[in-house]
Amino acid sequence: MKDKLIHFFELMGLTWFTPVVRLSTGEDAKEQFYELGRLIGLPLIAVTFFLFAWAAIATQINTSLGQLPGPAQVWEQTTNLIGEHKKEREKEAAFYQRQEERNQKKLEKDPNAEVKIRPYTGKPTFFDQIWTSLITVFTGFLLGTLIAIPLGIACGLSEKLYTALSPLIQIFKPVSPLAWLPLVTMVVSAVYVTSDPMFDKAFLNSALTVMLCSLWPTVINTAVGVSSIDNDLINVGRVLRLNWYTKVIKIAIPSALPMIFTGLRISLGIGWMVLIAAEMLAQNPGLGKFVWDEFQNGSSNSLGRIMVAVLVIGVIGFVLDRMMLTLQKFFSHDKNAVLR
Amino acid sequence: MSTNEYLQLSKVTIDFPSKKGPFRALNQVDLKIAEGEFISIIGHSGCGKSTVLNIVAGLHQATEGGVILDGKEVNEPGPDRAVVFQHHSLFPWLTVYENVELAVKQVFKGQKSKQQMREWTLHNLDLVHMSHALDKKPSEISGGMKQRVGIARALAMQPKVLLMDEPFGALDALTRAHLQDSVMEIHASLKNTVIMITHDVDEAVLLSDRIVMMSNGPEATIGDILSIDLPRPRDRVVMADNPDYNHYRAAVLKFLYERQSNPDAKSVLTTEPTADEKPSKSKKVA
Repeated sequence: MKDKLIHFFELMGLTWFTPVVRLSTGEDAKEQFYELGRLIGLPLIAVTFFLFAWAAIATQINTSLGQLPGPAQVWEQTTNLIGEHKKEREKEAAFYQRQEERNQKKLEKDPNAEVKIRPYTGKPTFFDQIWTSLITVFTGFLLGTLIAIPLGIACGLSEKLYTALSPLIQIFKPVSPLAWLPLVTMVVSAVYVTSDPMFDKAFLNSALTVMLCSLWPTVINTAVGVSSIDNDLINVGRVLRLNWYTKVIKIAIPSALPMIFTGLRISLGIGWMVLIAAEMLAQNPGLGKFVWDEFQNGSSNSLGRIMVAVLVIGVIGFVLDRMMLTLQKFFSHDKNAVLR
Repeated sequence: MSTNEYLQLSKVTIDFPSKKGPFRALNQVDLKIAEGEFISIIGHSGCGKSTVLNIVAGLHQATEGGVILDGKEVNEPGPDRAVVFQHHSLFPWLTVYENVELAVKQVFKGQKSKQQMREWTLHNLDLVHMSHALDKKPSEISGGMKQRVGIARALAMQPKVLLMDEPFGALDALTRAHLQDSVMEIHASLKNTVIMITHDVDEAVLLSDRIVMMSNGPEATIGDILSIDLPRPRDRVVMADNPDYNHYRAAVLKFLYERQSNPDAKSVLTTEPTADEKPSKSKKVA
């Protein structure tokens, strides 16, 4: 039980829980406290130092929107944003309640009356924007993955195909999202023409831009993973006379899985960075738009609110990376390999 | 067909392409092996012993000459010539059981029922004394155990010839001795035909019915063949004092160190690529 718990935390990258578990099961206390001090204490010192340095420097910088906010002001804006979110939700609930009552009355007067139910159209809050960004990044990442993994496997299996596609991959890989965005926007509005759109065009623009930028690391890592399979394993496959399909399913993909997940982890990281930029530039809903709106708004609170957004973007990026790291560790054959 | 021609290598010659033109690794290798025989091929590194094995396995194609097994020419790899590789080559993402099961499922598809396949897999793991670690991954067991599983996988294919490429080369002396005993035990009960590549003189004398001694490359060929007429079962401790055993041992040593001295001593040869290190031509899965 204890070992399983520790293994689970190590897999999740939550190494600082290990000493807590060991301590609670009565292992040598002194050693575990030292471990705890090392794993939590050291980062804590660094964070404290950073907060003080930030607070000190912020007072020295005066912008046209007032003084650069320190940690205290940013904390204040965080509570404000939470408050606004709650207020907005209450307004929404009240709106639906009023609508319900109105409809009820109508129906009482005339049971055959047509009842209209309108959705609430309030301003999206900070938390709504986070949610939008997450949905968008995962959509783009998923679309990218669906293209990248098969393409990477095909490139890994056939040297000829890889040689043929290599220049295209190398050229498209370093293209900035901001360069793709206008093209994507124009193409989407030209191609995606329906009277009843299932997806918002802005959402499609962001997701497709994320897809185009996050595709490449997965393609390259998958191709390298598949093409560098141990020669002995391939010979085993030949001795067993595995057919092409079985070779791909039973040998190529499993042995490339660790590399595939390395690629996916890089892709998701890039996707998240790209998304914020795309949302800012194209005014597509999400965290990027939140930052841009605050910048345009230019109130005395704006800089503080932008900093909250910056920190949230960082934390989400970190959590996404940890998720992928956990998957990467889970699919790694060599459990002793140190992955960071 | 006479019994001592179960496996026949006739005038096997192989050229590898190199920057300086074709490099002849093997020249005119002739060998006849009877059913149930245990053959060792010994020689200095780089003499092309592994190449001989790979040609029998079908992993390499001979440039001239060919191999006939049980009346049929060998053209491609197949499970009737199972290979135990030097570096175990187990699939790291499969358990011990699944590694053997993969081979069993592939070879006996449509011939055995699910239950029979399961029993056959377990039976072969039992032969190599690995029944205790069925659900372990290769990374969780020792090098000797991995090699045992590799042997179980090869045996499970029920091959006509079992090919072993320096199977114990990467193991420590004690583990190696244990595995040699296991292989002797298995050979005694299954009476399978075995070709084993080795560079260990004691291993060759202890295990083999005949030892094929290869001359140094390039253009390596069979230098001499030594028949080992020692009674089976052979016990390594008893053999240490057996004058015949020591006589055979001395004969192999004499061949290796007097008639074919170490190629590394000849500077001319060290510049040539060694056949053992040649990558196989088809590196890709497809």
